[in-house]
Order: sequence, then C-alpha cells, then structure tokens
Amino acid sequence: MIPLSWYVLVSAALFCIGLFGVLARRNAVAILMAVELMLNAVNVNLVAFWRYGEPQAMAGQVFALIVFTVAAAEAAVGLALFIAIYRSRDTVAVEEIDLMKG
Amino acid sequence: MAELTVLQALGPLSPQLVLLLAALLVLGLDLAWGEKRRGWLPSVALLGLAGTIVATMSLWGRREVLFGGVFVVDPSAVFFQVIAVLATALVILMSIDYFEGRATYTGEFYSLLLVASLAITLMAGSTDLIMVYLSIELLSIVSYVLTGFMREDRRSNEAALKYFLYGAAASATMLYGMSLLYGITGSTNLEEMAAVLGADAGGSMSWVVLAAVMLLLVGFGFKVSAVPFHQWAPDVYEGAPTPFTAFLSVASKAGGFAVLLRFFLTALPDLSVNWVGLIAALSVMTMTVGNLMAIFQKNIKRMLAYSSIAQAGYILIGLVCWRHTLGAYGGGISGVLLYLLAYLFTNLGAFTVVIIVERATGSNEIADYAGLMRRNPWLAAALFVFFLSLVGIPPTAVFVGKLLIFSSAIRLGYYGLAIIGVVNGVISMYYYYGVMRQAFFLPPKEDTPIVASPPLAVALGVTLVMTLGFLVFAQPFIQLASWSTL
Repeated sequence: MIPLSWYVLVSAALFCIGLFGVLARRNAVAILMAVELMLNAVNVNLVAFWRYGEPQAMAGQVFALIVFTVAAAEAAVGLALFIAIYRSRDTVAVEEIDLMKG
Repeated sequence: MAELTVLQALGPLSPQLVLLLAALLVLGLDLAWGEKRRGWLPSVALLGLAGTIVATMSLWGRREVLFGGVFVVDPSAVFFQVIAVLATALVILMSIDYFEGRATYTGEFYSLLLVASLAITLMAGSTDLIMVYLSIELLSIVSYVLTGFMREDRRSNEAALKYFLYGAAASATMLYGMSLLYGITGSTNLEEMAAVLGADAGGSMSWVVLAAVMLLLVGFGFKVSAVPFHQWAPDVYEGAPTPFTAFLSVASKAGGFAVLLRFFLTALPDLSVNWVGLIAALSVMTMTVGNLMAIFQKNIKRMLAYSSIAQAGYILIGLVCWRHTLGAYGGGISGVLLYLLAYLFTNLGAFTVVIIVERATGSNEIADYAGLMRRNPWLAAALFVFFLSLVGIPPTAVFVGKLLIFSSAIRLGYYGLAIIGVVNGVISMYYYYGVMRQAFFLPPKEDTPIVASPPLAVALGVTLVMTLGFLVFAQPFIQLASWSTL
C-alpha cells in the first residue's frame, strides 16, 4: 500500500501550487481556480487521514464532502460577483479594479 | 452535562430556529407582498429578532451539549448570540432609510442580514471543526453578497470582489490547517482534540500543531481583521453599503472572536504549543498598524475601518490574558466579551452618524464634516461621545472593556502589552480629533441643517444611551460575561 506520507506530500504540493496561483495570477477567475486547488489539497489530506486513521469514524470523509459542497456555493457567489464587475468595467483583471486604495 | 436527543435539542437551538424562520419569512413575504408593502419588511425582521432575543433569554446561564458535541449552549455562546441579535436589529434600523433611492430589492438585504446573524450565533456555539468551518463559511458567503448589494455601484462591486478573493483564499488556508489538525488528532471535535494534544504536549508533533495553528489563525485573523490579514478591511468598509459596513465592524468581528476564543480555550488550553505568544504578537501588530494607518485617511469609513482594526488588537490582549479570572467581573475573557458589547453600541452609533451625514451630503469625506456642529449640534455632540468611547475615556462604554483587559494584562505581568495598548490609545486620539476639528471648529460648506429620519434617530438614541450608561444598563451582561470562562 502507498504510505500515507505520499498523500500528504501531494497535498502539500497542491496547496503550494494553489497558494502561488492566488498570489501570482492577475485574472479573478484564475485566482478562484487556484483557490479550488487549495481546497482540493485539503480534501486529499482529509480523505487520506480518514483512510489511514480510523475508517469506521466518518468525520474525515464527511468533512471532505462538506468542503466541496461549500466550495461549489462559494464559486457560484464568486462568479456572480465577477459577472457584476465585468458588466460595469469589461474586465476582471484584478490590477485594473482599483477605485479604492490607501 | 448530559447529552440531549435531537428533539430535546430543539429547545436550546430555538434562537437559531427563530432566526432561520424569520429570514425565510422575510424572503417569502418580499416575494408575496410585492412592491407596495415592502416597507413592512424591516418591521417583520425586527419582530423576528425580538423573538430570537426572547428565545435567547430562556437559555440564560444554561449549559447544554447538542448533537454529540458538535454544538454547545453556554454563557459565552449566549453572550455572542445577544451581540449578534442586537447588532442586527440596530443595523436594520440604520438601513431603512439608507437604501432609499440606492437599491430596489431591499427585502433580500434584510433576509440575508438575518442569515448573517444566524451564522454568528452558530459560530458562537460550534465545538467541532466541521461546524466551525460551516458557520464561518455561511457568514462569509452571505457577507460577500451583502457587500456587493448595490449592484449598480462600482465601489460596492469592487469591495465585494476584493472581499471574496481575500476571503476564499483565507478560508482555504484555514481549512488546510484544519485538515492537518484532523490528521494529527484523528478527530474533528475540539474536546477530543484537546485530550490528544494534551497527552502529546511538547512531543514530536508539536511543530506540526504550531504550523496548523498558524494556518488556522489566517482564517480567524481574516474574520476579526487582525494585521497582517487586514488588507481587505479598508476597501470593503469603504465600498460596502454603510449599514453593512457597520455590521461587519461589530457583528462579523464578534463572530470571529467567538470562534477564536472557542478554538483556543477548548482545543489548546494546556499550552501544547505557545499560542499565547502568537496572539500577543498579532495583537501588537494589529493595534499599531491599525492606529498608524488611520491617521492618513481622508474618508471616514476608511478611518473607521482602520480604527476597527486597532480595536481588534486591544481585544486580542484579552485573549492573551485568558488565564486571569480573578475579581467580581472575571478577567481576560469576560473583558473580551464586554469589550465587544461596548464596542457594538459605540461603533454602531458612530456609523449611524456617518449614515445621517451621508444621506444629507452624499459624501463620506472627512472634509465634508466641516461645521457639523452648526448644521446639527446633537449629531456633532453624539459623534464626540462615540469617539470618546472609542478612545476609552471614562465613563463611556469601551472604557469598561479597556479597563478589564488592561488590568488583566497588568495582573498577569504583561506590562509591555498594556503599555503598547495605552500608547496606541493616545495615538488614536489624533485621528479622532481630526474629525472633531472639522465638526466643531471649521465653518460649514452649506448652511442647510442635517435632519435625522425617525429610524436613524432611534438607532442614534439607543446607541448613545448605551454608550453613556453602559455600566448602568449592562449589569445583566456583566454577570453573564463573568460566567463565561468557558
């Protein structure tokens, strides 16, 4: 069987790629995709810990289910906000959305 | 504490159920009533909140564990429920006239506001990571929508986008910390985690626990707007509809503190990692950066945003002093609770003045507060009282909170924190004085008097009385806070 540490490493890598995407990407939709990568890292962690810990207790699996359900709701709200922005400015590039600063 | 069955649990859960019903009722009536009777919706929402308060009162001083340890009702949870409901009621009063001519679909605003209030009451009682995450996320998602509520307003849109992107990243980071904690302890229940972590204190896993706690602090720090997770706050406060800005600054922040207290005091009380040091560092940064940045602001909503960041820093000192429980009023933790309640009345009062001025002048620039005293002396005097309270001058409300928190810090020997806190209080006088100088000593740009509409006048009156008479009127809360040692 593949050792647990491999899953944790994959998850950590996914999380770092996602975090890099959040900090480096300029397009709001791309940032949202990077956040989804971070959430996937969380899910890999949760399911792996559940499988290698106590598979009878369902907490980890339920947590993972809830995470991606909420992620879907969050994405729906986020995309709606992006559309509202796009309608008024014709862009979702974050460096151009700068009415307020300081 | 005996566990309750699902049916028995409906009793202790009644405040949440009433809030949920009220939110759905407002949404349904908005649909059924249509354009004509929409003006009644705020009253329906206020009635729902009154029902919630009655339900909350029946839980005064009780301790119950529900659903196998996922949710608890105890004095601190009840205290945060009271904060959430009071804040929501005052914010509804402030919104009634604010949206006139700005947004058409106001029914949804009240409904979503009630859901946000529900989320905070859930955050206050969550004792399981899954429930903590769900309730934080419920508050966040509703907040993104409410921030961008004025769809035609470019600033409102922009604020919502920034809030969403920061919030999504912060909550993903927090979740990663939660997944690590779950991996280490094999449980999502805070009490069970405490048992495992306590057994492993100083052991081989403690560095992972520390890393996980720091990741969690990103999410919690985002909610309470602690530096360095505060960058969203000024832009969101400026762009959001002003009543919702007020809600964010007191209720949403209180929800963040509810989770922060619950997590640290339930899951990590035995110092298996040195989280007190982390919180102290966060507190110093938050106070100092918040106050220094507030000095440069030209927009009063931005200034209040930075001031609200700084206040979070003072409140964090109370968490550092959680061990201090001496004295009739309790110590650090009851200091945090009372500070949040006092801050609720004071800051909502200040925002009520901001809304009244915004309705008259159409502006939030501090320069447009010039001559406020000639245009409406009561308004200027009220703003003066609220600012005195924000600085912490006796006998105003926030003074009580500051007294409790700073005296706890001194008793426990955190002299450095107390001194930095007091110095920051002095710095904050400078930018509050900047507004007062405009209001009292400079000539007005126009001579038309500023009038407060009835709902706003009620909100102003309540907050003013509570700010000045906090010690008199808040006795029951002071007692409740003293039970809330968790």
